[in-house]
Amino acid sequence: MFGRRFPMTTLILLMLLPAMLPAQAPTATADKIAALEAAVKSAQSAGDNAWMLVSCALVLMMTGPGLALFYGGLVRKKNVLGTMMHSFILMALVTVIWAVVGYSLAFAEGNPFFGDFRYLFLNGVGSAPNGDYAGTIPHQTYMIYQLMFAIITPALISGAFAERIKFSAMLLFTTLWALLVYFPMAHMVWGKGGYLNAFLGGTFPTLDFAGGTVVHITSGVSALVCALYLGKRVGYPGETIKPHSLVLSFIGACLLWVGWFGFNAGSAVAASGLATSAFVATHFGAAAATLGWMLAEWMKSGKPSVLGGISGCVAGLVAITPASGFVSPMSALIIGFAAGIVCYLMVTSVKAKFGYDDALDAFGVHGAGGTLGAILTGVFATNAVNDALKDASGKAMPLGLVDGNGGQIANQLVGAGIAWVLGIVGTLIILKICDVLIGVRVERDHEVQGLDLSQHGEEGYILES
Amino acid sequence: MRLFARRNLRLGDERAETFADITVKGDITYMKKIEAVIQPFKLEEVKEALKAIGIDGMTITEVRGHGRQKGHKEVYRGQEYNVDLLPKVKVELVVTDARAVESINALSAAARTGKIGDGKIFVYDVAEAIRIRNDDRGESAL
Repeated sequence: MFGRRFPMTTLILLMLLPAMLPAQAPTATADKIAALEAAVKSAQSAGDNAWMLVSCALVLMMTGPGLALFYGGLVRKKNVLGTMMHSFILMALVTVIWAVVGYSLAFAEGNPFFGDFRYLFLNGVGSAPNGDYAGTIPHQTYMIYQLMFAIITPALISGAFAERIKFSAMLLFTTLWALLVYFPMAHMVWGKGGYLNAFLGGTFPTLDFAGGTVVHITSGVSALVCALYLGKRVGYPGETIKPHSLVLSFIGACLLWVGWFGFNAGSAVAASGLATSAFVATHFGAAAATLGWMLAEWMKSGKPSVLGGISGCVAGLVAITPASGFVSPMSALIIGFAAGIVCYLMVTSVKAKFGYDDALDAFGVHGAGGTLGAILTGVFATNAVNDALKDASGKAMPLGLVDGNGGQIANQLVGAGIAWVLGIVGTLIILKICDVLIGVRVERDHEVQGLDLSQHGEEGYILES
Repeated sequence: MRLFARRNLRLGDERAETFADITVKGDITYMKKIEAVIQPFKLEEVKEALKAIGIDGMTITEVRGHGRQKGHKEVYRGQEYNVDLLPKVKVELVVTDARAVESINALSAAARTGKIGDGKIFVYDVAEAIRIRNDDRGESAL
């Protein structure tokens, strides 16, 4: 019955169609275009979000197991667990702080120095994108990605106070350090309206693509303050203080190299050409720095050590971090090579000259490499790689010295300078608070016994059991 | 009185075909404990050499030490360390007096490279040996 009537209805409709067309066509086309736009947008969002979630996981992998192994191998075996715990526990501690208040302090729009409380308890951070930071991925993805940076930054400092800090003091120190140093610094450089934010209305536009200033200068300089405040380890410098397993450190360094692709290429916050460019620059920087450190060491002490090679790669990754989204592959080679040589001299000559016990060279690698990278970003940044910064007429603005904008170096120095000052002053105050409340350094007996037994009641290696 | 550690005794000296020549007093012949500190990489050759003459019981320990051999330099991020206690392997075995010289010669030849650091061999009298499993005593416990 239905089937028989159908052709008649169709016929009538077809006859009416010409009359309807002129009136209906624009709406139908507009609907189609809108549907198409939505489909394209959702496809881009899917691609971007997939890459960003992978990047999140890669950056977390840098802390555990990457940094935990790298640092764990560099200490004596009686401190291997304690040192690994310094990294691992931050994956828990900073996460909770971040969820409650950290993300809001760092990324909510507030004043130029820290955010307000609009994202307290992650209120309003859901699947809708935040157009200020990343328009194609859920706001929640951006939040969890930035968390991974907040985790690794204080973990880097642990290289300076390794083998002699109380675990309880370390927890309090890190909590306060995240609140008073990291969140404000992240807000200044990356937060909307931040004092140094080049893209979102900063007074001194500092170029820091993936955290050279925010992550490496702050942690490296704070590390130096910690090393000076805590003093030297018992027996340093002496015959018995040697890395207990460079094999662990080697595996850790390789994981850092791989994880760093999430750190830098992920900082494009999209699966874009810029992400590829940052990926390439990151890799080239690490490679050139490995060779730079190795050659410097080979010439100076006669042998190319494996520890030198892996230290060089980390130094290069640090230095290329602020530059990664702004520089060409050839500039990345130069930045990396320079970082390898400069950081080698920092951890050998400079450290020996001043005699501070930066146990695992957190300052020599991250502080020095981060500062060098920040300055060289001002030299090599070019709008041929990153044209996100536009002038009023929509033309890409010159970025660094190679674009003819020498003044950027001054901006970079201001950014680095603020990170230095905040790192030094903040860390000193926090250490003093921790010392008064808990006491920062373990008792001498406990230090000799090792942190694994004295702080955690365990041993890392019980080979006879 | 036992005069085992007589000065100027050289292995291979025809006067000392066995240690019994100089250590037997009355009816007592002492078993010999041979303690050798050798290069770790020579352990396999030493084991083979002893096995070849029918000696297969031994105890080995990983030890560190040095005699005249100087250590080596290690550099970690510019920090220099002089490592003078070097890894060695200590081989301990107890043999009958009659087989002591033969064992020592085999061990010594297998462990030798001719360079400083080859190690040393010390030989002791053993008062008694007891097999825990069945309470065998003396040479039959070896």
